Amino acid sequence: MTASLLETRGLCRNFGALAAARGIDFRLEAGARHALIGPNGAGKTTFVNLITGVIPPTSGAILMKGHDITRVDQAQRVKLGIARTFQINRLFRRLSVLENVYMAVAERVGAAPSMVRPAGLRRDVVEEAMQLLATLKLAADAGRPISELPYGRQRLVELAIALGLKPAVLLLDEPAAGVPSAESHIILDAIDGLPRDIGVLIIDHDMDLVFRFAERITVMVSGAVFATGTPREIGADASVRAVYLGQAARG
Amino acid sequence: MTPPVVGWTDHPAAVALAARHRLRAWEPIPWVLALAFYFAFPKYLGFGTELLITILFALSLDLVLGYAGIVTLGQAAFFGAGAYTVGILAKRGIWNEPITGLILAAAVAAAVGLGSGLVLLRTGGLTLLMLTLCTMALLEEAANLAHDYTGGFDGLDSLAIAPVFGVFEFNPLYPKTQYLYVLAVLLVCFAFVRTLVYSPFGQSLRGIRENTLRMHAVGAPVRRRLVLSYTLSAAIAGVAGGIWAQANAYVNLGTLGLDRAATVLIILVLGGHGRLYGAFVGAIAYMVLSHFLSKIYPTAWQLGLGLLLVVIALFASNGILGIAEAAARRLRPPRAAS
Repeated sequence: MTASLLETRGLCRNFGALAAARGIDFRLEAGARHALIGPNGAGKTTFVNLITGVIPPTSGAILMKGHDITRVDQAQRVKLGIARTFQINRLFRRLSVLENVYMAVAERVGAAPSMVRPAGLRRDVVEEAMQLLATLKLAADAGRPISELPYGRQRLVELAIALGLKPAVLLLDEPAAGVPSAESHIILDAIDGLPRDIGVLIIDHDMDLVFRFAERITVMVSGAVFATGTPREIGADASVRAVYLGQAARG
Repeated sequence: MTPPVVGWTDHPAAVALAARHRLRAWEPIPWVLALAFYFAFPKYLGFGTELLITILFALSLDLVLGYAGIVTLGQAAFFGAGAYTVGILAKRGIWNEPITGLILAAAVAAAVGLGSGLVLLRTGGLTLLMLTLCTMALLEEAANLAHDYTGGFDGLDSLAIAPVFGVFEFNPLYPKTQYLYVLAVLLVCFAFVRTLVYSPFGQSLRGIRENTLRMHAVGAPVRRRLVLSYTLSAAIAGVAGGIWAQANAYVNLGTLGLDRAATVLIILVLGGHGRLYGAFVGAIAYMVLSHFLSKIYPTAWQLGLGLLLVVIALFASNGILGIAEAAARRLRPPRAAS
C-alpha cells in the first residue's frame, strides 16, 4: 500500500492533566474531501495545531507521504505543502487584500527575503496573487483594506492566503464560522471549487456543510477518534448519533 | 528577456502596489529645507546637528517599532554602543577617521543587536519590553564599571576626530562640517531604510507586525526576520550614536540611558510610527517645542510636552503624520465606488 498524503500514528498531546489528543491514528489521502467533526472540546483544533506544527505532540508521529515530519518546524511544514485557515480570521488587517495574498505567495516563491527590489515590482508574485483573487471573485476588492470587507469576503481572503501557498494538504478550520447565512454560499462555492488535487480536511460543526462537502468523515470525541467512514456510514451509526449528531439535533 | 505578457498588472491594486515605493513630489522638500537651514541659521547649526542625529536615531527605531512591531525601550543600547565604539577608539588613538569610524560603530552596535536579539526576540509583549530595558541598563552599568576604558561616569571628552576626507575639520564651537556630514549620513541611512521597508522583506515585517501567527502559518521564518531587522536597526542606531560622539567630541553614560531611549520613543509616537517621515516630523516637533517651552517655562516645560503626548496618544495614535493623512483624505474627493 502506498503512503498516505498525511498520516498520524498514535498522536498524543497532554495539556497538564488534560489529554487533548489521545492516540489519534488518522489518514488523509491525496485529493481527499475529508471532514473532522466532534463536540466542543473534542480536540479538533489541537489536532490541527499538531499537524501544522504549532505545538509538538507529547508522543506519536506525523508522516507526510511516508516521511516523518514530527520534528519539522511550522515554517518547513508549510514549505512541504501543509496549509491551514483559521477558525477566527487571522488577516493582516491594515493591509490591502492584494497585500494579504502577496504575503503568502512571496513566501512560497522565495521572494520575501529580498531587501532591495520594491515589493510591488515582483510582477510574478503580484500576478499570481491577483489570479488567485480572481478565481475567488475577489479581484474587485484587491485594493481595499481588509477591514472594509464584509466578514464573508474576509473568510475568502483567509482561503486565498492558504491557496497562495499551493498546498498539498489544506486544513480548513470552520471555514464558514461567523459568516451570515446570506453570505455563506460564497464560502461553500469556493470550497466546491478548490483544485481537485489538494487533500482537504475540513473541521466543522455545520452538518449541512460537512455532508454536502465530505466524502469521508472522522468523528472525534474527548481527544480520540471515535469513528471514521463515509457520510452514509457515519450518518447511520447509532453511537455517533448518540454522542454527537443527537446532541447537535437537540441543541 | 522581456517579461511574459501578463493580465493583472493594470489592475488598480497592482498599480498602487507597484507605485508605492516611487519618490513622491514632496519628498525632496525636507532635504532642501535641511540645506536651506544651513545657510539661513548659521548660529543654530549645533541645534540642527543634534536634530538630524535625533532623526537618524528615531528612524532606526521606526524600522523595528513601526514596521516590524517590536516594542522596545532599549534602543539607546545601540546608540551608546556606537558612541562608545567611536569614543574609545579615538581616545586610545587607535582609530579616528570619521567615516570608517561610523562603519565600525555600526558593526559593534549590530553585533550587540544580533546577540541580544537572538535571546530577546524569543519573547514578546511586556516581557520583551522589560528585557530590552534590562539589556540597556546592563550595558549602561558595564560602561559605568569599565572606568579604564569608558571613563565611567565622567565619560570620554576631547575626542580627536580626524577631518572628513582629510580636509573638513570638526569644530565643536562652529559645527558647519558636522551639520553637512550628519545630513549626508542621514540621507544615506534614510535611502537604506526606505529601500528596505518597500522591499518584500519590509513587506514581510509589516506582516509580522499585523499578524505574527499568520506569518508563521504562511511559512515565514518569523524569528529570523525579526532578529535581522533588529540587527539592522541596531546598526543604524549605532551610526547615530557614533556620529553623535564625533560631532560632540565626547561620550558619556547619557548615550546609553533610559532618558534617551524614552525620548526617541516619544518622538516616534509624536511624529507617527511606521511612516518613515514620522521620525523627521516627531524630532522637529519635539526638539522645537522643548526648545521654546523651556524658554517660556524654565521650570515646568516638560509638563507641556507631557500634555501634548497624552493628547496624541489618546486621540491620534498615528501621530502628527496620522492627523495630516486623515486631513488629506478628507480634502481629496472620495474614490468612485467600483
